[in-house]
Amino acid sequence: MITDARAIVSARIGKSRSWTLRSYLDNGGYDGLRKALSMEPAEIAEEVLTANLLGRGGAGFEAGKKWGMLRQADPKYLVINGDESEPCTFKDHMLMEEDPHQIIEGVLICAYAIGATQAFIYVRGEFALGLERMSAALNEAYSFGAVGRNIFGSGFSIDLVIHPGAGAYICGEETALIESLEGKRGYPRDKPPWFPAVMGLYKAPTIVNNVETMSNLPWIVLNGGQAFADLGIGRSAGTRLFSLSGHVNRPANYEVEMAKTTFHDLIYDPKLGGGIRNDRQLKAFVPGGVSAPWFGPDQVEMALDQDPVGKAGSMLGSGSVVVMDDTTCMVRAAWRITRFFHRESCGQCTPCREGGGWLDKIMRRIEEGQGREADLELLLDVCDNIAPGLGWPPQKTTICVLGPSIPSSIVSGIKMFRDEFLVHIKDGRCPFGG
Amino acid sequence: MADEPIKITVDGKVIEAKQGEMVIAAAERGGTYIPRFCWHPRMRPVGMCRMCLVEIKGPRGFALMPACFVPVADGQEVVTDSPKVKKAQDGVLEFLLINHPLDCPVCDRGGECPLQDQTFAFGPGESRFVEEKRHWAKPIPINPLIALDRERCIQCSRCTRFADEVAGDAMIDFIGRADSTEVNIFAGRPFTSNFSGNVVQICPVGALTATPYRFKARPWDLEVVESTCTACAVGCRMALQSSANRLIRHLGVDSDPVNHGWLCDKGRFSYEQTDNASRLRNPLVRKNGQLVEASWNEAMVAAAEGLHRAGNSVAVLGGARLANEDAYAWAKLAKGVLRTDNVDCQMGDGLPGELVLGLPRATIDEACAASAVVLLAPDLKEDLPVFYLRLREAAVDGKLKLIEMTPHGTGLGKHAELRLRYRPGEAAAVARALAAERVPEEGAGGVTAADIGAAAEVLGAAESVVVVVGRASLSESGESIADAAGVLAAAMPDARFLSALRRGNVHGALDMGMAPGILPGRVSLDDGRDWFTAAWGQVPAARGLDAGGILAAAADGKVQALVLVGADPVSDFPDRALAVKALETADFTVVVDLFGEGPSISDADVVLPAAGYGERPGTTTNMEGRVTRLGQKVTAPGTSRPDWMIAADLAHRLGADLGFQTIDDIAGEIERLAPAHAGLTPQLLARAGYRDGIVVPLGDTKPTEGERATEAIEVTANKAHTGNVVLENDPDADAPLEPGGPSGRERDGGAVGRSPGGAPDMTRPPLIRHRPPAPARQAPPVDAYSLRLVAVRTLYDAGALVSHSPSLAALAEGPCLRANPADLGRMGVKTGDRVRVSSSRKSLVLDVAADPRVLRGSAVLAFNAPGAGAADLIDATLPVTDLRVETVK
Amino acid sequence: MARLTAENLQRARQLIALYPQSRSALLPILHLAQEQDGWLTPDAVAHVAEVLDLEPAEVYGTASFYDMFFTHPVGHHLVSVCTNLACMINGGEELLEHAQHRLGVAPGGTTADSQFTLEEVECIAFCGAAPCLTVNWRFFGNVSNDDFDRLVEDLAAGRLADDVPPHGTLNRVRRQVGLMAGAAVSPGDDDDAKPPQATAK
Ligand SMILES: Cc1cc2nc3c(=O)[nH]c(=O)nc-3n(C[C@H](O)[C@H](O)[C@H](O)COP(=O)(O)O)c2cc1C
Ligand code: SF4
Ligand code: FES
Repeated sequence: MITDARAIVSARIGKSRSWTLRSYLDNGGYDGLRKALSMEPAEIAEEVLTANLLGRGGAGFEAGKKWGMLRQADPKYLVINGDESEPCTFKDHMLMEEDPHQIIEGVLICAYAIGATQAFIYVRGEFALGLERMSAALNEAYSFGAVGRNIFGSGFSIDLVIHPGAGAYICGEETALIESLEGKRGYPRDKPPWFPAVMGLYKAPTIVNNVETMSNLPWIVLNGGQAFADLGIGRSAGTRLFSLSGHVNRPANYEVEMAKTTFHDLIYDPKLGGGIRNDRQLKAFVPGGVSAPWFGPDQVEMALDQDPVGKAGSMLGSGSVVVMDDTTCMVRAAWRITRFFHRESCGQCTPCREGGGWLDKIMRRIEEGQGREADLELLLDVCDNIAPGLGWPPQKTTICVLGPSIPSSIVSGIKMFRDEFLVHIKDGRCPFGG
Repeated sequence: MADEPIKITVDGKVIEAKQGEMVIAAAERGGTYIPRFCWHPRMRPVGMCRMCLVEIKGPRGFALMPACFVPVADGQEVVTDSPKVKKAQDGVLEFLLINHPLDCPVCDRGGECPLQDQTFAFGPGESRFVEEKRHWAKPIPINPLIALDRERCIQCSRCTRFADEVAGDAMIDFIGRADSTEVNIFAGRPFTSNFSGNVVQICPVGALTATPYRFKARPWDLEVVESTCTACAVGCRMALQSSANRLIRHLGVDSDPVNHGWLCDKGRFSYEQTDNASRLRNPLVRKNGQLVEASWNEAMVAAAEGLHRAGNSVAVLGGARLANEDAYAWAKLAKGVLRTDNVDCQMGDGLPGELVLGLPRATIDEACAASAVVLLAPDLKEDLPVFYLRLREAAVDGKLKLIEMTPHGTGLGKHAELRLRYRPGEAAAVARALAAERVPEEGAGGVTAADIGAAAEVLGAAESVVVVVGRASLSESGESIADAAGVLAAAMPDARFLSALRRGNVHGALDMGMAPGILPGRVSLDDGRDWFTAAWGQVPAARGLDAGGILAAAADGKVQALVLVGADPVSDFPDRALAVKALETADFTVVVDLFGEGPSISDADVVLPAAGYGERPGTTTNMEGRVTRLGQKVTAPGTSRPDWMIAADLAHRLGADLGFQTIDDIAGEIERLAPAHAGLTPQLLARAGYRDGIVVPLGDTKPTEGERATEAIEVTANKAHTGNVVLENDPDADAPLEPGGPSGRERDGGAVGRSPGGAPDMTRPPLIRHRPPAPARQAPPVDAYSLRLVAVRTLYDAGALVSHSPSLAALAEGPCLRANPADLGRMGVKTGDRVRVSSSRKSLVLDVAADPRVLRGSAVLAFNAPGAGAADLIDATLPVTDLRVETVK
Repeated sequence: MARLTAENLQRARQLIALYPQSRSALLPILHLAQEQDGWLTPDAVAHVAEVLDLEPAEVYGTASFYDMFFTHPVGHHLVSVCTNLACMINGGEELLEHAQHRLGVAPGGTTADSQFTLEEVECIAFCGAAPCLTVNWRFFGNVSNDDFDRLVEDLAAGRLADDVPPHGTLNRVRRQVGLMAGAAVSPGDDDDAKPPQATAK
């Protein structure tokens, strides 16, 4: 069902010139920061722990827990992940364009809570408007005294830097993002020992959090962690933004209460997705970014609840749901996703670098009618050499999870639509005319 | 804690591991080899290639992890042979092969290729990859020495990491992303590194190949022997490889105390000189004005007569190119038979022997472990390249504080804590200010009081100080450096010194007495007089002349006969005019050399062909005083002979007997007579435990334990041999050197030894102790119209080694005068102009370049560049050389 | 062409001042260089290397990792059509087809008059308005073939100059303060661009 929970992070979106300081202040802007600065840093961390705020970037790790693991040594850095590049995810994009001050306020609260020396917001390079809105907002915030020296006379000082990316999906992975922020090629670091909280930016303890995660902080500080935890169920607390796209009538970002809302609500409710276009049949959907294994119609009643979705062998991940109706060629869909990962591999790990290219080539052959009977088993075995066991969450022969994400669409496709693959191979052409 | 023993289990077998090492290294020592490509024992791990995946037990049970990236932990459980591991590794290997050309039959690396080996050992059969392979244009040169084949590259990043992390020359990097990642240079900026050849050696496939070596040979018909490089005084261990009696490749061998497996390009490609067409095959004798081939007998008779005629007005120059045994033989001939002390293995480009031998010595390891190092030395990157790598690593890792005390910036400058740029010639003044109670406000030698004060503070706070001492500029007299070093030694009694003399075995030659006032085993002529008189029958009456004195005397006819033993004063002596005059004037000259041409041969009366590097056994001594064994792999051309034989034969012709038939006889005599070398028997040196050599005097050297860090190319260790002694799998291979063992070996000798000449036992003479020299002459103030010359060496010059190694000769750049833009502006000169440069000696027309890093008031010029160099301008009789610069229309 | 201009060199130094380590300013400075010349000229790469005390190979190698940096000239208008999943199933590939015909160049190609460079891109996070594209990184959603033709005409006629700045211009809003919390570094004021309007329609 869709609940009457009020929007938290998207509350101001749609208000006129919502990205300006004026509009932000008219709507309670920076009250959270003022209150935070009157509290002890530890109290804030405590509230966030109580709130059960799960990271919104993809890994879904409790923000409060992560802050608690920060190695206590100076300098400490706070790095905000605004690189949103997981295909079909477009919530952070919206937040940065429409409500930049909310992000900045959240970042300042977090910086104060963890005692950061300096904070950086890494904004995906392609988000030109987002960069301009964030930069303008930061200039306003500085002149308003919300950033910089002695914030609101509290004695707390911190500088914030908006850092543009330059077009590389992998830089969304937190350690690659750190390398990129250090001015290098975006190579993820092997963990251990490179857990950012221990050895992050410039080898210093670093917290990496997502833009939406930050956007929740002003509300949590103002309303208390408990109020947030009361929304949703258990670990899946609060509301969350879902990017709904594909074959739905009303593709958009929707903020709904977690665990109580289902995929079905999201896709079919008139106030949300409004159902599948031209009343066609749901064939399959991506539950949480194209890294995630697909779900089919029989999982549509499942709630937007992190742990059950995980047990079912996929994830809410980046919070993007892509709906595919019965006109979709699943081979082509899987191939397109494979091509994406192939192109976006950073190239360090042999299995990802070489495997990605190989899988791309095989999928292309099949879609273009050059497939061979043996290719399906070959696909699965090559996938198994990148993600042994082909389970989710994956085991890996690689450094980061991009590699083991390549198999997700291929394995889902073969598991759920083997016949469709075989038809491509037998007929030597794509039945959907692709 | 660092020494707590760590135990880990590998495939059920418990093994000992060292704190901080990676599982892959511990497992290997424990006998389990885990396949790898990106991991290199001398570089930081990156865990990229994923070949070393094994199962390691963590909090959540066993998981696949890269053995190269997981540090050992006590109780750790590692499984390397499970089906899961096998599948993962086979998978990685298959991934690496799908785009690999598999052109092994035409690949230089075929037969010694880790990828090929892994494929045989672990790989699947026929390929499941039916798609089109990746294509790149190939091969492409990344510098004149190295070709790159991007299709063979497996993106292990060893080369790019070496360039950045080890050499500090990040001129190659990854370009692109995903499976179109390539290694390359930036267009138009070649990989100009003095160390580029190392990337060829560490490349685990045939992607990087050495242009001089391409298609020369196949690994399986290569013979190999371990040896020490004598291209400079660092003494890197390396493998000489030959095919059909030709040296065709040098590979770095990982010697822990010295080179960590690295070589500089000069050493790596120096083998080219060995079969250079201009190698002498037979003796030459001057007959009615012409040098013509002659028999050894004829030549020896001529040589003996000439020397006999000259009586004791004979001088011997050279020795730094020889093996220790050769140098000993020549010292014995000169001082014991010819009875002349006019002997010098340095060409006026070094430091007084007493200083080098007398100062408390440091090892390379000690320098790298020191808390502060003073660089009163030339640009190590050019002069002693691999020592530069060692120091750079120590400085970059941050523990070591460098104080660069030079008139011009060196390669280590950017890692230095402080740069004391003194006016050429005024090093001693700066040293005195450093040592002074309070630093004079006006500073000293052009260095500000602030900088000197800061340096004094660093040195004061330092737990251990090492001074690297050598000639930063050859136009600055050696005495001023000797003075400066003496002042520092007096001011810092606990400081140790590391000589930065450059020529191959110059330290061995000094040890063997190839210098005025010095006798074999680091004793002074006076202290050793009785001991060596007893042994040799006679020694010179008094201290003789050094190279400068010898050439000056020869120039005005006071030395009749000159013997040049592998010496080339015309290109090496700082004052070329003097050298030329001396050779012209001397009425009899014997040259013992490798090559039939060369500036110093033209006036010779007798030329004797010597066996060179790789053609004779023996030992050599590096800058630390570390004695290692040279390997012989090929036979010398024609009738050339080892230098020691020539000395022995010559002695014989002069009616004396040096008393040895074999090189081992000499080694034995050195051990018996040379106080510093007591106990250094060929047997000891041949032990596996001492394959990295022994620092004399004996006592401190710890035996090297275990195997050498393995590398892409394995060199069967310790196949090297001096003379007949060959010891392999020797039982007490690494028995420690128990102090005061055979024939006494305390640091300063003094123990009772076997009598040298059968006379009753007598006391070994003491080793030379450094005594501060008299203060050096003051350099006159430089006038406003002149620039003071800084003469620096470059790795590639017009010297014998480079000019006879075609691949290297091509890299030597012509002379170019560099000066500060301000000074050039003042003279109305700009980069690219031609200028006339005049000194009291000569005037040259040179290209000029503005360089802001050059100190105002000075000008930098390569010492010995092809064509012309600072040697033409320097007046060695003056403390400094000033230049007039004017534009030529 | 073209080292950094004196003004851009000064901006580069201001960027460096924002980070604890200078190399962190590499990407921002490369964007600056691309804003100046439309692509990363070899001279600019070498100059940036000088400024950051890096080797040109390191700068070039890093730049080449990122899709937004061009090491060859591109048109005044960089048209980037997304064909990733949401767009693909909403006609993104057909839109790309149409764009090729309309502009007469294949993806990666530049029109003879160097007005337009066409490229196929991965998801640009505008999937709610699929199929979508960007021009010089300014977003256009729900693009039909007719929309596309109109867009091309407007661009060619310069009618969208306000919303779509020249290719390479990423961020028209300049930071107005240096670091304050630590050592104060003032970038020295320069023109502060107007907060731009949304370009997403
Ligand atoms: C391949 C890959 C891509 C990722 N992309 C993003 C991204 O675009 N945005 C993001 O916030 N997190 C991304 N993540 C997750 C980050 O690594 C990190 O977990 C997250 O930013 C932490 O913030 P959070 O705890 O607030 O979610 C990605 C992870 C991987 C493995
Ligand atoms: S898995 Fe792929 S993307 Fe991740 S680090 Fe390895 S190569 Fe790079
Ligand atoms: S798939 Fe096209 S914008 Fe997301």
